[in-house]
Amino acid sequence: MMAEAPPDATRIAAEARDRVRFEEEALALSDQVYRVARHLAGSREDAEELVQETYARAFRSWRSYTPGTNLRAWLLRILTNLNIDRGRRNQRAPQMQALEANDYYLYDKLSESDGGLSDEDRVVERLSQDDIVSALSAVPHDFRDVIVLVDIGDFSYQDAAQILDIPIGTVMSRLHRGRRILKRELAESVMEDAL
Amino acid sequence: MTQPHSDPCAHCEEMMQPYLDHILTEAERIEAELHLDECDWCRRRYRFEESLRVYVRQVVTEPMPAALKQKLAALRIPLN
Repeated sequence: MMAEAPPDATRIAAEARDRVRFEEEALALSDQVYRVARHLAGSREDAEELVQETYARAFRSWRSYTPGTNLRAWLLRILTNLNIDRGRRNQRAPQMQALEANDYYLYDKLSESDGGLSDEDRVVERLSQDDIVSALSAVPHDFRDVIVLVDIGDFSYQDAAQILDIPIGTVMSRLHRGRRILKRELAESVMEDAL
Repeated sequence: MTQPHSDPCAHCEEMMQPYLDHILTEAERIEAELHLDECDWCRRRYRFEESLRVYVRQVVTEPMPAALKQKLAALRIPLN
């Protein structure tokens, strides 16, 4: 007859197994976490530090994660809180507050400067990567956070609301306004390039 | 029966984001599509918005630095 392992040892082994599984699942999401962090934080360096702090904290407090719930959203919640705590949000000068334009504004500007465009799918290619990255960073952070989570990070409205701790209706209105601000910023950079 | 909008293209513009987010009601979606079927001007702008979203996502996505990935793995709490 086999001696049963002492209950303590069994419990410790089970906990170790759960923790290793948690760490592996969390690490498997790091590309996605980084993708969002890169544009929530002001710079690449800030993003790297934030991601490291997020994982350090996640590994320490893994017990507060409920298995089976959305781990990616849980990690992002830690990350956005750290980002706010450290004041790492990219602040836009208040006097430069972006105005939103209509939804068709950017297309109209692009087609104006090109004298009638035929292929909509190619119109976007007139925007450079730099245009887009700098336009995105020019969007005030309340709006940008939502765009980064939903349009770049692929989070649902529900998850974004939870991560940012704001009502879902606020997520939707910020998303809609934020996209318009982004398009206005893009239109401005295109007009500057054309000068 | 709802009243036709005095400026159907302005109304269609208002519906563009919710349409592409798939959050319009069935009736609103049909209304938007009826307009898009007959309005090339709005249809082009919807298509542009769709490709813009895809494009933004593509160009802002930077691969995670390999060194960072290693640093994260090193943060794991060792088993003892």
